[in-house]
Amino acid sequence: MIEIIFITTAIVCVISALLTVTAHNAVHALLYLVTMMIAIALIFFLFGSPFAAALQIIVYAGAVMVLFVFVTMMLHQGEQSIIDERTLFSLKTAKGPLLLAVILVIELLLIGITPLDNPSSQTALNTVNSESQQLSAGSKTASLTSVKSLAKQLYGPYKLLVIIAAMLLLASLIAAIHIARKSSKLTENSPVNGDSESKASEAAP
Amino acid sequence: MIELSALLTPLIILIVLLLAAAWSTWLERRLLGIWQDRLGPNRVGPFGLLQVIADMIKIFTKEDWIPPFADKALFIIAPMILMIMTLLGFAIIPFSPDIQIVEFDNALLFVLALSSLSVYSIMLAGFSSNSKYALLGAMRTAAQMLSYEVFMGLALMGVVVIAGSFSLNEIVAAQSDYWFILSQPLGFLLFLFAGVAESHRAPFDLPEAETEIVAGFHTEYASMKFGMFFIGEYLGVIFISALITTLYFGGWQGPMLPPIIWFMLKTALFVMFFILLRAAIPRPRYDQLMSFGWSVLLPLALLNLLLTAVWQLTLGF
Repeated sequence: MIEIIFITTAIVCVISALLTVTAHNAVHALLYLVTMMIAIALIFFLFGSPFAAALQIIVYAGAVMVLFVFVTMMLHQGEQSIIDERTLFSLKTAKGPLLLAVILVIELLLIGITPLDNPSSQTALNTVNSESQQLSAGSKTASLTSVKSLAKQLYGPYKLLVIIAAMLLLASLIAAIHIARKSSKLTENSPVNGDSESKASEAAP
Repeated sequence: MIELSALLTPLIILIVLLLAAAWSTWLERRLLGIWQDRLGPNRVGPFGLLQVIADMIKIFTKEDWIPPFADKALFIIAPMILMIMTLLGFAIIPFSPDIQIVEFDNALLFVLALSSLSVYSIMLAGFSSNSKYALLGAMRTAAQMLSYEVFMGLALMGVVVIAGSFSLNEIVAAQSDYWFILSQPLGFLLFLFAGVAESHRAPFDLPEAETEIVAGFHTEYASMKFGMFFIGEYLGVIFISALITTLYFGGWQGPMLPPIIWFMLKTALFVMFFILLRAAIPRPRYDQLMSFGWSVLLPLALLNLLLTAVWQLTLGF
């Protein structure tokens, strides 16, 4: 059952990623990207990490992508931008990248097909199998990825990383405030922009 | 048999919720009438109770018009997203010890995820309508909901620190001695502000401020698509009320009466409080709303979290 859900989610994920690139309407492309984020969250969930799944949705799908859509909506030029996209993005321009990407896909498939005696060539699906078995084995009891054990890790051995991340966020916050600060010449006007920008820098890293 | 009951519970909850949302439109109009010294709808049926059915017949038989300049697919999807996200939220609410659709360890994170996704509904409605007023409403929504989500999350963390869990069941169980409103009064107020803003109800209904931008994001909507936004708003109010009940007022706990009755009573009380807010408080200006959020609510939310953590570490269990 879990395999079926995983495979469907993975297919949805890949298709929406492709459509993100090929969609002509910018907002539609972003919506496919949101769908991809949600699909990734579901995959995290299937791997037995509901906390990462929730964060994926709250931070990426819920905050970062909303800002993307927000900006695209503001700068959207209607039909004209779609026509531009159509003329700018033809198959001719995509030929080179497509060829290179196909080589990578073939490599990936070859790795998947080769027999399992090489430990590094274990297919993704097998990993999923063992993960899902672990999940079904210990789904009720708090697993390794529960919020509590995660917090203990973050504020134990990894506290330096937390502090560095906090410093980074603080720095970007200060930078955003500096950019959005009302200069003495421009009185009033757009305190709102500053707020949404500082939110952007909070969410981005 | 187990399969049948597993299907039946969500179905009953769904029907009850939709009916409750429909009749809360009547409740709102009646209560607003009383508070404004008039009668409100009182012609159809006893106390005007059947007004809702008359409204439903009206809204279902209206022409379902999609403007030719709209982005058709998004225009149709947008109201669905709102309904789905709001209804999904009820899946994790413990209505009583026995009535709950899913027991989920990270329930509160699920709530936050849903509320952040429901922003899309309004943004897409505004964008796909392809009209100035709708777009203005959508812009306001995006900024307002993104901001107030932050304070909502931070206010909730106070409860999480005290209960030591994200699970709503454990939060309710942790309130058997005293309700969290006693230890988290500030957190409750912050959550209330954020909840009103998240469900974009008056006084924080700037996305649809009818005196400024016609009807905001749903200007171009007609018939049942508008009806879905309308009912979705009331569902949102009921959801926030149910969350307030669960997080700060002991959930289904209470003496004498059965748990489900307690839960409904408490939730109904907060729904009425939401209506009172609309009747009592005028709408702030848009930039006032934003600066109030970032320069008052955010520091207060952080302070609340800090004090709660200190209290929990020194005096707590």
